[in-house]
Amino acid sequence: MNANSKFISTFFIFFTFFLLNTSALAQKVQTWQWNDLEKITKANNDTLYVINFWATWCKPCVEELPYFEEVTERYANEKVKVILVSLDFSKQLETKLIPFVAENNLSSKVVYFNEPNYNSWIDKVSDDWSGSIPATLFVRNGYYEFCEQDFDFEELKDKIDKQLKKDK
Amino acid sequence: MKILVLMLTMITAFMCGNETNKSSDSSTSQVKQVKQEKAVKGESHDDHVGYKIGSKVEDFHLKSVDGSIVSMADFDEAKGIIVIFSCNHCPFVVMYEDRMNDLHDKFNDMGYPIVAINPNDAVKYPSDSYEGMIERAEEKGFEFQYIHDDTQNVAKRFGAKKTPHVYLLSKKGKEFTVEYIGAIDDNAQNADDVKVKYLEDAIFALDAGKEIETKETKAIGCSIKFR
Repeated sequence: MNANSKFISTFFIFFTFFLLNTSALAQKVQTWQWNDLEKITKANNDTLYVINFWATWCKPCVEELPYFEEVTERYANEKVKVILVSLDFSKQLETKLIPFVAENNLSSKVVYFNEPNYNSWIDKVSDDWSGSIPATLFVRNGYYEFCEQDFDFEELKDKIDKQLKKDK
Repeated sequence: MKILVLMLTMITAFMCGNETNKSSDSSTSQVKQVKQEKAVKGESHDDHVGYKIGSKVEDFHLKSVDGSIVSMADFDEAKGIIVIFSCNHCPFVVMYEDRMNDLHDKFNDMGYPIVAINPNDAVKYPSDSYEGMIERAEEKGFEFQYIHDDTQNVAKRFGAKKTPHVYLLSKKGKEFTVEYIGAIDDNAQNADDVKVKYLEDAIFALDAGKEIETKETKAIGCSIKFR
């Protein structure tokens, strides 16, 4: 075996390993309906849920995703859970959402929200929600705050720390 | 009164929405209280409060894709106007473009033309520029007026927050009144699966002089980014 072919075969082994590795690491995207989300909105425990409504087609949503990822990373040891609720269209679940989650190796929990009759549930999240995204809901132990806006990390951190401080 | 409004505005300014305590017994009264505060805020003509059902609509003068300046006063033959805040880039709008053409086709002759208004910032979304609007209107063969709210003032006045966002207006004499706010129908993703045509139902009721059954609906849409 000459040096060249050795290099190529080594490269292929690594490349195959790399491919297997990323697909194994990528999280499985669950499909949720209103009942699943409702359980979280009514959760009555110490975990602070940061529920972000987004879609791969929504530019400002995709722009703020890194800040939610940062929350997941920085608050890994606290009772804080980010849930990214995707409002992508059903025909784009396989072609857009799942590849997007894998490519960006998202570590926050991503769920695909399959409730196309929007009028049936938007008011249940908040009367104040016009339906525009991005939008984020904070829920914890009776605390319930809905924000129809985009966030940066500092703004998210302020809201989260304010809640966590209540324990101390 | 002004001081009271200012104080309440300051109280609510710290919150995105209703920060409510759902677990406590006082939650209902808290929600009520916040709502009352909001009602008071509404009197201060906050830009983002916008029109409600029954609001009188102020006229606008905006440039159309055909180069003309369009105002509501131009529609002196109409019985009403279907105002739709719209744009080019939003996938939700794209899913409704064919349905918007069909609606205009169906209701313009009845006296209810569509007027689509694009309030988006071309810096944020280059495809939503005036030139982009001309292109899109040609591609899709829009028969309705597609006009440019380049200052975003009209969208603010209406309280439009997203695209598409529909306001059905009735016309009595020279006065336009908001009769319905919300979505076109109950299924954006698939026109064949639509069960309730909210906007059409509202127009038929209005035209027949009946009470509109569902006056407000909600749907997901692309947020309008105000400068």
